[in-house]
Amino acid sequence: MLGRTASSLFWMSRYHERAQNVARLLEVAYRGAIMSHRGQEHGTHWAFALACSGCEPEFKEKYDEVNIRNVAVFLLFSKENPVSVRNSLELARNNARAVRTGITAELWEAINTTWIEFNEVNPQTITQERLPDFLAWVNQRAHLFRGALLNTVLRNDGYFFSQMGNFVERADNTARILNTQYWSLLPDSDIVDDGSMEKYQWSAILRALSGRRSYRFAYPNARLRAFNIAEFLILRKEMPRSLAHCYNWIADTAEDLAQFYSAQEPSLDLAKEIALSLSEKQMREIYQDGLHDYLTDFIGRNNQFAFELSKDYNFS
Amino acid sequence: MADDRTFFNEMLDDAGGARSPYSRLAAWLEDKPANFLTKKSRDAETIFRRLGITFAVYGAEEATERLIPFDPIPRIISASEWRRLSAGIDQRVRALNAFMHDIYHRQEILRAGIVPADLVLQNEAFLPEMAGFTPARKVYAHIIGTDLVRVSENEFYVLEDNTRTPSGVSYMMENRETMMRLFPELFQTHAVAPVEQYPELLRRTLESVAPDPAKSAQTIVVLTPGIYNSAYFEHAFLADSMGVELVEGRDLFVDAGKVFMRTTRQPEQVDVIYRRIDDAFLDPLTFNPDSMLGVPGLFDAYRAGNVTICNAPGTGIADDKAIYAYVPDIIEFYTGQKPILNNVPTWNCSRPDDLAYVLDNLADIVVKEVHGSGGYGMLIGPTASKREIAEFRKVLETTPSNYIAQPTLALSACPTHVASGVAPRHVDLRPFVLIGDQVRITPGGLTRVALKKGSLVVNSSQGGGTKDTWVLED
Repeated sequence: MLGRTASSLFWMSRYHERAQNVARLLEVAYRGAIMSHRGQEHGTHWAFALACSGCEPEFKEKYDEVNIRNVAVFLLFSKENPVSVRNSLELARNNARAVRTGITAELWEAINTTWIEFNEVNPQTITQERLPDFLAWVNQRAHLFRGALLNTVLRNDGYFFSQMGNFVERADNTARILNTQYWSLLPDSDIVDDGSMEKYQWSAILRALSGRRSYRFAYPNARLRAFNIAEFLILRKEMPRSLAHCYNWIADTAEDLAQFYSAQEPSLDLAKEIALSLSEKQMREIYQDGLHDYLTDFIGRNNQFAFELSKDYNFS
Repeated sequence: MADDRTFFNEMLDDAGGARSPYSRLAAWLEDKPANFLTKKSRDAETIFRRLGITFAVYGAEEATERLIPFDPIPRIISASEWRRLSAGIDQRVRALNAFMHDIYHRQEILRAGIVPADLVLQNEAFLPEMAGFTPARKVYAHIIGTDLVRVSENEFYVLEDNTRTPSGVSYMMENRETMMRLFPELFQTHAVAPVEQYPELLRRTLESVAPDPAKSAQTIVVLTPGIYNSAYFEHAFLADSMGVELVEGRDLFVDAGKVFMRTTRQPEQVDVIYRRIDDAFLDPLTFNPDSMLGVPGLFDAYRAGNVTICNAPGTGIADDKAIYAYVPDIIEFYTGQKPILNNVPTWNCSRPDDLAYVLDNLADIVVKEVHGSGGYGMLIGPTASKREIAEFRKVLETTPSNYIAQPTLALSACPTHVASGVAPRHVDLRPFVLIGDQVRITPGGLTRVALKKGSLVVNSSQGGGTKDTWVLED
């Protein structure tokens, strides 16, 4: 397989995952905004989406006011926002197009149709009322992409690189969301239990990572606690968006790649090392060393892994 | 020129009855309700868009990928008509390859005075770098798309030979796939020769010209300029259907005179490159130093016999519009036979007599730029306005040698789905020929149709569409 093909498959998955993540952040903000009865708080919810997607500075350059219209347009349709859903879908499709020969017709049709239909949407028509349906559509299209990938693609090196891209992005997204909100996840936050901001942050974080319901199954007394939420999203392997789950998947894929090519590479060792450290870690230790530092360090290591992988397999 | 009485209608004879290849189709069309074809056209468009069968349009901010309009009514060619056409094409492509071998070696045809030496040696499409080099099996143009037009029951003319990097074969294949989905019943009543074997035959052709044909597994690649190229879909389609890698220049490198591709593991040596980029962009060391598309050192590796490039560099000389006028002589010179297919009579505007005639008859003829393509830079006298003719006259008087002229041909017309129903529209035909250990001509081709009433310009960049082309089996 060409190094460029491996790279395109990696990024195709990565950008598609990113599109879905940004759409979900917007969904959370929307929900927060309509639930809030005090007008002045609206900005907070939209700011959450901007901060977690990492494009707050770009937004502020362009807009004075943080409101639904501006945030939705910026996160969904803006060509100037590097992480807008539009840009991610376009990049995902361009990468897919560059490896048109290496993906199945089902997968191509899923990506291509998403892009065509997304492009037919006039941003002006996405009003507050229509936003939830539109976001749900983006989400469904992302599931279709992933489903087509899992169900139709041959389990060879191309598949393995696509999985790497998917889970590197997902781990990055989870770690970033936790890190922008880390202050609400510090153990002392548990004391503040008066139904105000912290709780909103907690459920917003869980929703943004599709974990609102599954949390209640993972923690039998079901009460939201900062410690549990952090543990759930960092260390619990059964949670499909936790850091531990992502690296479990990446480490398994590393093993597949090593077998496929009959060669162990430094990046694969690094993947296993990160996975191992997550599985041995206790939440208490993370708090002792500092949650913010831990997450910052993780984001760096995750990037490092992606970089090493691209070197070992001649991505270009 | 193109009014209803002066062109050949491929479906209906003068009495208004269906010609025999079309008899069943005509009856079937008759039977269908008015909106039937409109609905089928829409279905076809959805299929094309989903599959990403698009071509890129430059300069347009939005919608940079467009569909080529697809006409759902097939164009039908009988078995006997096809036999004659393919014999003519076979003769022509063999002669053109012999011509290239000759002009890049002993140049007998120039010495014999059949083709003026200057016309070849001073031609931009002639590559001195190819002199003395003999490609595998002496084949230069491995993939040719011969453009033909029909003017009567028995008269076909060759318009252009397209010996560089002809495109459109993916449309031949996808049009057929689409037709089989839209109208399965028609395939039960017509013995349509299949075209699906084309990628397999292309692969065999490319393998047959590998530097070492005895090697058990040849590494073949399709070289594309990338996803922004207008024919990118076709490049991906061909690589995919042959089961080979689709590469860009940056995926290849030359080491010790051999070509390799950068894989996720060890570099892999490449035996045959089916390139879909122009000569000038192949190798920045030999040709255009500014090219970002090519592979430095590729030409040396080629001349060292370590890799085959298809089509060979320098094949543009064989489809040069100034050389075109000499193709009948070229055929006679190398095959000793009369050409089976006609050439369109051509006036070479660099000759004073020809120029005078052309200037006197601008309103009745077609003038083409020698190096132009895609229907740009040409004048179609009968449909041009007086002002357009006057402007063209000035250009022609200043740079006559850039132009050739031909009589306006009354292109045949085929039934086509239009807003008002079904009406005749003018068509041309591009069959695809493969030349390697054998000459292989796929029965069918790309029919391009001018969708505007009376128009003779079939190019997709000028509002032309395509049709599936059926060659019937006996």
